[in-house]
Amino acid sequence: MYVTDKILPELPAPSNSKGLIHWLKTNLFNGPFNTLFTLLAAYVLYKVIPPAIEWAFIDATWFAETSGECKLENGDRKDGACWAFITNRFDQIMYGFYPEAERWRPNLAGIMLVLLTIPLFFEKTPKKAWLGGFILVIFPFIAFVLIRGGYFGLEAIDTGKWGGLMLTLIISLVGILFALLFGTILALGRRSSMPIVKSLSVVFIEFWRGVPLITVLFMSSVMLPLFLPEGTTFDKLARAMIGIILFQSAYVAEVVRGGLQAIPKGQYEAAAAMGLSYWKSMFLVILPQSMKLVIPGLVNTFIALFKDTTLVLIIGLFDLLAIIENVLGSDNAWLGFHTEGLVFAAFVFWLFCFGLSRYSMALERKLDTGHRN
Amino acid sequence: MANNAQVNNNEEYAIQLINMNKWYGDFHVLKDINLNVKEGERIVICGPSGSGKSTVIRCINHLEEHQKGQIIVNGEEITGDVKQLERLRTDVGMCFQHFNLFPHLSILDNLTLAPIWVKKIPKAEAEATAMKYLERVKIPDQALKYPGQLSGGQQQRVAIARSLCMDPKIMLFDEPTSALDPEMISEVLDVMIELANEGGMTMLCVTHEMGFAKKVADRVIFMDAGQIIEENNPEEFFNNPQSERTQLFLSQIIDH
Ligand SMILES: Nc1ncnc2c1ncn2[C@@H]1O[C@H](COP(=O)(O)OP(=O)(O)OP(=O)(O)O)[C@@H](O)[C@H]1O
Ligand SMILES: [Mg+2]
Repeated sequence: MYVTDKILPELPAPSNSKGLIHWLKTNLFNGPFNTLFTLLAAYVLYKVIPPAIEWAFIDATWFAETSGECKLENGDRKDGACWAFITNRFDQIMYGFYPEAERWRPNLAGIMLVLLTIPLFFEKTPKKAWLGGFILVIFPFIAFVLIRGGYFGLEAIDTGKWGGLMLTLIISLVGILFALLFGTILALGRRSSMPIVKSLSVVFIEFWRGVPLITVLFMSSVMLPLFLPEGTTFDKLARAMIGIILFQSAYVAEVVRGGLQAIPKGQYEAAAAMGLSYWKSMFLVILPQSMKLVIPGLVNTFIALFKDTTLVLIIGLFDLLAIIENVLGSDNAWLGFHTEGLVFAAFVFWLFCFGLSRYSMALERKLDTGHRN
Repeated sequence: MANNAQVNNNEEYAIQLINMNKWYGDFHVLKDINLNVKEGERIVICGPSGSGKSTVIRCINHLEEHQKGQIIVNGEEITGDVKQLERLRTDVGMCFQHFNLFPHLSILDNLTLAPIWVKKIPKAEAEATAMKYLERVKIPDQALKYPGQLSGGQQQRVAIARSLCMDPKIMLFDEPTSALDPEMISEVLDVMIELANEGGMTMLCVTHEMGFAKKVADRVIFMDAGQIIEENNPEEFFNNPQSERTQLFLSQIIDH
């Protein structure tokens, strides 16, 4: 027999940190094989990183009036990067052919969007739902009127002149917003008990998932006009956007459907048993839970969408990459600085994608009420 | 055993099942179920696993559809019409074996969701009602937590409070204690006993808690293979079971 009346005290958990040496030993040098790899990796990094830093920062030319300043006497280019190519043409990289005098308009729209969005990140903001609704429903019209013009005495600026990072962001934001909306509806449709709704959703999703985006864009610019009555013009940007939205919503639908399927049947039943209608139970009970589950998948899709916007180049729209590659790349004043352009474009794309990924991780953590049913 | 029920528009019946039949595909899961439940009556349904107990009570609030016969709740025949369903389900509360609380909402939001969105009750009022019921199930201090932070027994009590917030006339319980650890069963049963003893509420409870049945049930119903085999008051049912199957069943379950 054993009995005790001694209650053991609560002790702090033993600390895992045992100092740098211990960390190195367990993580980098545990065994001859890992030691070898560690040394090899260190060698490769030593060979790659310092020259890259030298090229990109130390030897770089940041600002210049002409490309001559990036070149040696004999006309060869200097060793370092010529960021002057970017800084010199920065405005065009940002706005494309959007008239200089009117650039305050997209700027204003951008600032408005940022200012409207910031309060959403604070716990305490009252009436968040209304603010969110305003941003999603009303703001796009304001932004469109501002950037496109043609009303309120604002000079109309044809979408063909929109370009650069501005165009990339517009296509992506509009694309993400509508792809999420249509995708969610399609996902619900695919799980509907109504056979017609269900089959239509399946056909739609399978069709758009089955064609390459580049084909969609070609078709939207070459084939769509053939079906439209003679003489009607349909904005090129709008066509591209519709193509991208339809295409991406099929992907979003499948991601969201995965989340819907992961919600236990009991949740649907509990919602129904309380008298919530189909739409109410979807929006109040099912979707909030399933969206949380599919954040990683959605972000994946959105990152793909963001990068796929570069394809609009093939129908003659000049997004960030197209401006750098096709417009500036064939600019005689700055020939030969191709690499800088590509590195810069890659960096900008990476920055946005990485930001999105980080944000989604924070969002997941915030929405985690810890426990599933 | 009065199983020859007829359509009876008499208001005093909260629930009438008349020759109800249900199939899952080819499987005849409910066979000629007849049951009249008076307003305020407390009924316990028991029987072996797979006998169709859950299916019966899920048909009453139309979570499952029956194919033959009639179900009349509060004098109204269930047709599956959407508007009617909403009305029906505000009058009929249900507690599930696995609680089915909404994990993304706080306890308070779980309780106010349906009152606000179905009954259109103002938020402040719904919250006051919710707190009242949380107090009744003895966990007002958990209002701001999330379901995942509560024990099973607490979750089930929240689930009961959530149903009560809709002010239902009828409560359906589907094995509310069978997913709980033994020490939590009694805290849930206590709440249910209190609710039953208050009177006024019609209760249909699928459970194997025979102590509960003896204490509060007006009638006990024994089901097997999709049929109602025996129905009696608790005293007779437990002390003097008529059918062989009932006797066998009662001898197999542990009497609490
Ligand atoms: N969705 C379904 N499809 C097909 N068969 C089903 C379905 N739901 C239940 N059944 C079957 O119907 C029968 C009755 O099920 P029900 O859940 O009503 O039993 P129960 O008496 O509640 O049993 P338990 O005590 O295990 O909960 C079982 O044989 C079950 O396998
Ligand atoms: Mg059951």
